[in-house]
Amino acid sequence: MDVQKIRQDFYLFKNDNIVYLDNAASTLKPKAVIDALNYYYERLGVNVHRGVYKLSYEATDMYEQARAKVAELLNCQFEEVVFTRGTSSALNLVASSYGMANIEAGDEIITSELEHHSSLLPWQQVAKVKNAKLVFVPLDEDLRITVENFKKVLTDKTKVVALNYISNAMGYITPIKEIIKIAHEKKIVVVVDAAQAVPHMPVDVKELDCDFLAFSGHKMCGPTGIGVLYGKYNLLQKMEPIEFGGDMIDYVGLNESTYKDAPYKFETGTPIIASAIGLKAAIEYLQRIGFNFIIEKETELRKYLVEKMQELDGVTIFNPHTDTGIVAFNIDGVHPHDAASVFDEENVAIRAGHHCAQPLMHCLKQVATIRASLYFYNTKKDIDRLIIAIKKAKGFFDNFI
Amino acid sequence: MSYGNLETLYRQVIMDHYKNPRNKGLIGDETYYKVHLKNPTCGDDLTVQIKVVDNIITDVFHDGTGCSISMSAASVMSETIKGQKLEDAKKILKNYLQMVKGEAFDEELFMGDAIVYQGVANFPARFKCATIAWKALDKAIFIHDEEDNS
Repeated sequence: MDVQKIRQDFYLFKNDNIVYLDNAASTLKPKAVIDALNYYYERLGVNVHRGVYKLSYEATDMYEQARAKVAELLNCQFEEVVFTRGTSSALNLVASSYGMANIEAGDEIITSELEHHSSLLPWQQVAKVKNAKLVFVPLDEDLRITVENFKKVLTDKTKVVALNYISNAMGYITPIKEIIKIAHEKKIVVVVDAAQAVPHMPVDVKELDCDFLAFSGHKMCGPTGIGVLYGKYNLLQKMEPIEFGGDMIDYVGLNESTYKDAPYKFETGTPIIASAIGLKAAIEYLQRIGFNFIIEKETELRKYLVEKMQELDGVTIFNPHTDTGIVAFNIDGVHPHDAASVFDEENVAIRAGHHCAQPLMHCLKQVATIRASLYFYNTKKDIDRLIIAIKKAKGFFDNFI
Repeated sequence: MSYGNLETLYRQVIMDHYKNPRNKGLIGDETYYKVHLKNPTCGDDLTVQIKVVDNIITDVFHDGTGCSISMSAASVMSETIKGQKLEDAKKILKNYLQMVKGEAFDEELFMGDAIVYQGVANFPARFKCATIAWKALDKAIFIHDEEDNS
């Protein structure tokens, strides 16, 4: 597949001389996705699940086809796909509903210092309210989660395991399948933050056997404001909704009401119709590109990036053995935000900061890092321009010092 | 490409204050007004202390971690504001915020080294870095005024 041809699908590559290396934060959106959003807004624009007229029927059909597309992608049942605002909302839903109902005082919740705040904080809140204990998998010398270290913190009090599939700050792949298997021997529920995994590799929830898994649309060429919670159907059915009102009801009385079955009891109010339709277009787009190509391309670019960066003096890479297209580094003596301003002058869009992973920054003993994150549409030329920008940043600040 | 804009932003003065900060380090004196501010998105973390005697800011200290813009701005703020009457300090503060936002400001007003932060107007992403120390000052003055009125 020709990357130059793929790049024609993205407005920014056609019209701006931009190097976009902040894909772990959000990816760019191809024309096919924007067309799908426009189709809904121009031709339909109406609500779903209610109107007995053709337009509403078509909107409902497209919204539910999006759910079917997600089910196909994850290899799960249609009813196991809950649309949410994003990964954060999905993980909060699990903690607020399942967590608040099932965690008791003295219980333990296993998580890690490698988590995105959205994977950690919902459980921190549950632990606080329920007087439960958060337990952190000790990270190894590379700051990875390992099966051995996971076993060390597993106890008879563990009720929930909440871990990332791929670290957004370090790019490591967690051995989540083995962890799930071990956790299930003790009937422990496992919640997977897959925000950095689903966009980059095939994820099969049946094969993983995870209980819950969450991801966002906008990190995989889809629109913002849409994400997915996958949950095993029997678990979803037992859970209480956390939002109440329109669309999620079965029968409503003055003092008592009953709710629809999952997933609808969790989709209160007018759903995220346009973005769900856009997400379907994004999944179809990625399927056309193919995950084999995505993995191959990201691996090739990552090797090139790490190699080129290692040739530079005064650049520290924090994860030279990263498993994915996420590379964290700093330029010695230059604050990441100062470096980012030079990169911006060079039209290189890259993230500097704590990457919503403040506990990990403490482990790295850094206030912040610079993170380059790749996607299939990046090129070696993008990396060459990043290297030039790093050299310029170094030169620029060296002159001052 | 040329670095005209960046040169303006990182003038020698800024790098000098970053490398050799004035009035850095805190004092364990309860008579100082102390304000701690953080910018959680980038990790800037700054504490500012001021002493006010007879409506004059007689002493200023700052300490913290962050990028060259935020740390140098704290040093520049401390030097610029030390010895100023409260009402003058407020005028400088207001003028500074207008300047870094790229709005019209009083170019005649005494600004000390703070004038070199004009370039920040071309870097809206760095506005928060350039203003964190000044916002801490603003808050410290506010606490003083509240106490004074009560």
